[in-house]
Amino acid sequence: MKKIASIVSALAFAAIAAGVQANAADGSSWGPGADDANFKAMLKSGFRAKGIATLDRLDQDATQAFCSDPDRANSKESAAQKAKIEADNMAAIKWPSDGKWLGDWKEGEKLAQSGRGLTSTDKAGDVNGGNCYNCHQLSPKEISYGTIGPSLTNYARIKGVDEEAMRYVWGHIYDSKAYNACSNMPRAGYKGILTEKQIKDLMALLLDPNSPVNQ
Amino acid sequence: MRWRKILVPLAVATALGAVVARAEEDKSAQSIEQYREALKDGNPAELYESSGEELWKKPAGPKNVSLEKCDLGLGAGVVKGAYAQLPRYFKDTDKVQDAESRVLTCMSTLQGVDVAKYVNASFGTPEKDDLNAIATYISGQSKGVPVKVSLALPKEQQMYDLGKRMFYYQGGSHDFSCATCHGEEGRRIRLQDLPALATKKGAGSAWTSWPAYRVSAGQMWGMQWRINDCFRQQRFPEPVYASDVTIALSMFMAANANGALMDTPGIKR
Repeated sequence: MKKIASIVSALAFAAIAAGVQANAADGSSWGPGADDANFKAMLKSGFRAKGIATLDRLDQDATQAFCSDPDRANSKESAAQKAKIEADNMAAIKWPSDGKWLGDWKEGEKLAQSGRGLTSTDKAGDVNGGNCYNCHQLSPKEISYGTIGPSLTNYARIKGVDEEAMRYVWGHIYDSKAYNACSNMPRAGYKGILTEKQIKDLMALLLDPNSPVNQ
Repeated sequence: MRWRKILVPLAVATALGAVVARAEEDKSAQSIEQYREALKDGNPAELYESSGEELWKKPAGPKNVSLEKCDLGLGAGVVKGAYAQLPRYFKDTDKVQDAESRVLTCMSTLQGVDVAKYVNASFGTPEKDDLNAIATYISGQSKGVPVKVSLALPKEQQMYDLGKRMFYYQGGSHDFSCATCHGEEGRRIRLQDLPALATKKGAGSAWTSWPAYRVSAGQMWGMQWRINDCFRQQRFPEPVYASDVTIALSMFMAANANGALMDTPGIKR
C-alpha cells in the first residue's frame, strides 16, 4: 500500500513538473516541443533568402537551440547540458597561430566602431566590423556606446595584461559561449565573423597600454 | 501650408541633431527628447495619414471600389479604434491578421487587386508606401485608445505562443534573437534605448508608437517595416511581408502591450 501510494504521488509530482515545464509563467505553452510542426511551417513560409542572408541561417546549432528557451536554459535541470555546450565551444577555439596576442589598437578601434557585415544588404567579401561599441563602452572618448554588454573602459588597468588575461580575452572574442553558453555576445571567431588578424587588433584595443581604452 | 508646418520643425531637428553629436552623454538623451517634442508639433506622419485616408476612400482596382467597406475587426467600415484591437482572428480568412495583412485581404476581396505585387515589393517603393500610408491612417484612428488584443480564441493564443517562440529563436551568423536586444529593460545599442518587449512596460511603449515617421531616414515605417529591419540587423533572411512570422511577433508585442494607449502615428529619431 505504502509503496503504491509513493509511486502514485511520484507520478503526480512528475505530471505537475511536466506541466510546469510546458507552461511558461504567462500560462501559455510555447517553447521547443510545443506546437513544433506549426512553428517549423511558420519559419518555412515566413522567410526568404535575401542577398547573402540565406535560409540556412534559420538552421540552429546546438548552442542556439539550447539558448532559444531561456527559462529552460537557466534551470537547474539544464546545468549539465549547459556545461557540455560550454565545453564544446571551448574546444572549438583556435588560439593565435603564431603565439602573438596583440595587433594594432588603431585598427582595433576602427573595427570596434564598425557594425557592418553579414546582413542581407551587405555584400559577400565585405570586411565585417566588430560591432563592439553597439554594446560596450570602450574608449572614454566615444560617448555613443551601448549597454547590452559590460563597460570595458580601462580594461587592462583593471584586469592586467598577463598570459591568463590574454587567453581570457581571446577566448571571449573568439567564442564567448565557451564561458557562458547563452551570452548575448556573438562568437566572432568561431562563426567566422572576424579574422585572426582582426581579433588581434581588438585584443590590442583592450590590452595595449597605449590604447585609448586604457588612458 | 502643410509644408511650412513640417519644414520648420525639421530644421529645428537638424540643428538639435548637431547639438546631440557634441553633447555630453547624460545630456544627449535629453536632447533627443527635446527633438522629439519639437517634431510633435508637426509630425510629417500627418502627411502619410492624410494620403492614407485618400487611398482608403478612393475607388481603385479592377472593381473600382474603395476600401471603406473593409472589416478591420469591428465590422465593415469601422476604422475608429480598430488598430488597437489588432492583430485578431478573422473568420473569413480563418487567420489571425494585423492591420497591414488585413488591408491586403480587403484590397484583394473588395477591389480585386492582385496583392502579390504589394507583398513582394521592397520597402520604399510606391506599393509599400501606399500600404504604409493606409496603415498610418488606420493607426491614427486609434490614437488615445487602449490596446485591447484578445487571446480568447485558440488561434489567437496559438499565434501569441508562436510569436513568443520566435522572439527567443536564435540563429544566423551572430546567434541573435529578438531577445538579444529586447530581452532586458534599460539596455541600449549605442545611444538608442531598447524596449524590453516581453514586458508590459516595454511592449506598451513600443507597440503603441508604430507606425512612426523616422526623421533620420525621412521615411514612414509601419510595424511590418520595423520588424523587417530588425531581422536584417539580426543577420536573418528577410521576413515575408505580412507572413505569420511577422504577425506572430506583432501578436506577442500587442498582447503584452494590452492596456497601453495608442500614440500613433509616432515619431522616431
